[in-house]
Amino acid sequence: MSGRAEAVGGPILTKATRWILWVGIIGAILILWRFAVGLGRSTGLNDGYPWGLWISFDVVTGTALGCGGFAMALLVYIFNKGKYHPLVRPAILTSALGYSMAGLAIAIDVGRPWHIWRIPLGGFPDMGKYNWNSALLEVALCVMAYVIVLWIELSPAFFEKWKDSPKEGLANFSRKAYGIINKLLIWIIALGVLLPTMHQSSLGSLMLLSGPRLHGLWNTPFLPLLFLISCIAMGYAVVVIESALASRFFNRPSHTSMLANIGKVAAYLIWIFLALRLVDLVVRGRLGLMFQFNSYSLMFWLEIICLLVPGVMLMNDQKRQDLGNLFRAAMMLVIAGTLYRFDTYLVAFMPGENFSYFPTVPEMFVTIGIVAIEIMLYVALVTVFPILAGRPTTAEAH
Amino acid sequence: MAFDRRSLLKGMATASAAAVASASPVKAARERKVAPADARGMLYDTTLCIGCKACVRACKEANEMPADTRTPGMENYDAPTDLNEFTKNIIKLYKEGDRRSYVKRQCMQCVDPACVGACMIGAFRKEKYGVITWDKDRCIGCRYCQMACPFNVPKFEWSSLNPDIVKCEYCRQRAGDKQWEPACCEVCPREAVIAGTYEELLTEAKRRLAEYPDRYEPKIYGEKDLGGTQVLYLSHVPFEKLGFRFDSEEPVPEMQQTIQHGVYQGFIAPAALYAMLGVVLWRNRRKDGAEETDGEA
Repeated sequence: MSGRAEAVGGPILTKATRWILWVGIIGAILILWRFAVGLGRSTGLNDGYPWGLWISFDVVTGTALGCGGFAMALLVYIFNKGKYHPLVRPAILTSALGYSMAGLAIAIDVGRPWHIWRIPLGGFPDMGKYNWNSALLEVALCVMAYVIVLWIELSPAFFEKWKDSPKEGLANFSRKAYGIINKLLIWIIALGVLLPTMHQSSLGSLMLLSGPRLHGLWNTPFLPLLFLISCIAMGYAVVVIESALASRFFNRPSHTSMLANIGKVAAYLIWIFLALRLVDLVVRGRLGLMFQFNSYSLMFWLEIICLLVPGVMLMNDQKRQDLGNLFRAAMMLVIAGTLYRFDTYLVAFMPGENFSYFPTVPEMFVTIGIVAIEIMLYVALVTVFPILAGRPTTAEAH
Repeated sequence: MAFDRRSLLKGMATASAAAVASASPVKAARERKVAPADARGMLYDTTLCIGCKACVRACKEANEMPADTRTPGMENYDAPTDLNEFTKNIIKLYKEGDRRSYVKRQCMQCVDPACVGACMIGAFRKEKYGVITWDKDRCIGCRYCQMACPFNVPKFEWSSLNPDIVKCEYCRQRAGDKQWEPACCEVCPREAVIAGTYEELLTEAKRRLAEYPDRYEPKIYGEKDLGGTQVLYLSHVPFEKLGFRFDSEEPVPEMQQTIQHGVYQGFIAPAALYAMLGVVLWRNRRKDGAEETDGEA
């Protein structure tokens, strides 16, 4: 089996991707429409639920789904499991796309995106007025920096292709840049671990400020730690899903035994997460809230079941060796992590005063459109650049 | 090679130690804040309010707010149903059988405000005299203030393409000397809402409570609730009936800032973690042989 990454080759636009492209175009048109009519008319958001689908899914869940790169960097570079290397580059790609699209979603969601430049530049020209207490400021700065780090981490894939370019300038630049990045690689990878550790935990801390209005099953000082653990678990799940789908649709090696081991790591994380959640509820005397059988306890149990199933499946050495089982368990884990984030940001948030929120159809199509754009970019990039591991046999490019 | 359990557990232990160190709720001392000595406040007394809404109209005029004609069936009236993008001050009615009470709602001017803790580049600030202000030029429209405020006070201009945050700023345009009164307090014909310094108002509220113990619920809302608010309330019906849902004495930002300050104190922990990651990576790279890590990010 060849470990080297190879471009998939072939056409980017096929029958399937053409459909996905159309969904993306509809999303893009609706994004323009949102700026033409404002947030009030285009979304279901209101003063009680100022954050809705775009924040809960595209940003909070989207970045967690984009933790494949973070999770694999931990495994390969920090725990020194070099043999998982073929899985790293595709994971970095999904992360770079996930985080970039989360950035796009933020720009769509905020009321005055033309002021976003003030976040990296402070209250320029009146500097020194940042609110360093703001968890959101930390998230914003870290996410901005991490998007850049991810594309730098991915850039060797571009340079590898471009260094053989017939264009002299591009080829020279690529060779030089490749060398520079190689020298700095350790510090870039270290940033690629540090930044998500910081902002994924801070995404949990964020909601502590809604504490009094957050349901007791979710409001805990352990929010940052729970968000951190679950984003890493989700990162491994996404690597399993992405790898399984790529092997199927692009006829790549399936890496089943590696994915099985990754699944086991994810299982450990699931159990740590569950133990922490349970102990926290016991210590704070909130166990009773689990058994009130209202919509909150229902959502809680849904989350727990979606974690228990993959937690049990992935601990089983035989089940784990089957790619189908791995894929199903990983999907459940992703659903559990998504539910946990939706619950913390939306369902368990209780603004009172008869406020209610449900996303509008355009709101949903923007989210779906953003996912479609992400898939399109993934297909385009793995087709053109050496990202996925090569085929088992030395097949020709097409 | 499968994972051998020992190395995995060792790695997990290191990782969880780092995670706990970086995210566990260490109770670093975060001092409780107190209102500044010259803090401006309001005292609202439900037993005096007759629901005339003179304060609502005066507020609109003083702050140049548009009429809210969106209430169904009330299109010819300025009839907001709650605080909203056109309304910084409102009188609401609580009614349950024979019991009824008006309640005035506006920004509570918290002593330790959640909105100020939330706001990224300081559009929200607790300014002179403890008044919480909002600065248009620093606002990105992220609405974290709305997620944070336990009183649902900041409102967003949902109908605007360049949306502002709308909330009572204690008629700060009138400031100049310490004695300024917001428009609502100035016009109230019954002195149901009065302006003053926080100290004066607290003394007055305590005096009323002591003098007429049968008239009021035995509590001044805002004296201690959520760390204290510069707007104080006396009521003849239970406060939760008037929409005051929380009576914990813990300021909203306390838990979050205790954790965040613990983790990010002087930025030492993140810097140390970064250095540690660098060292681990460096050692792994040498141990593993150059071809493993080279260029394959």
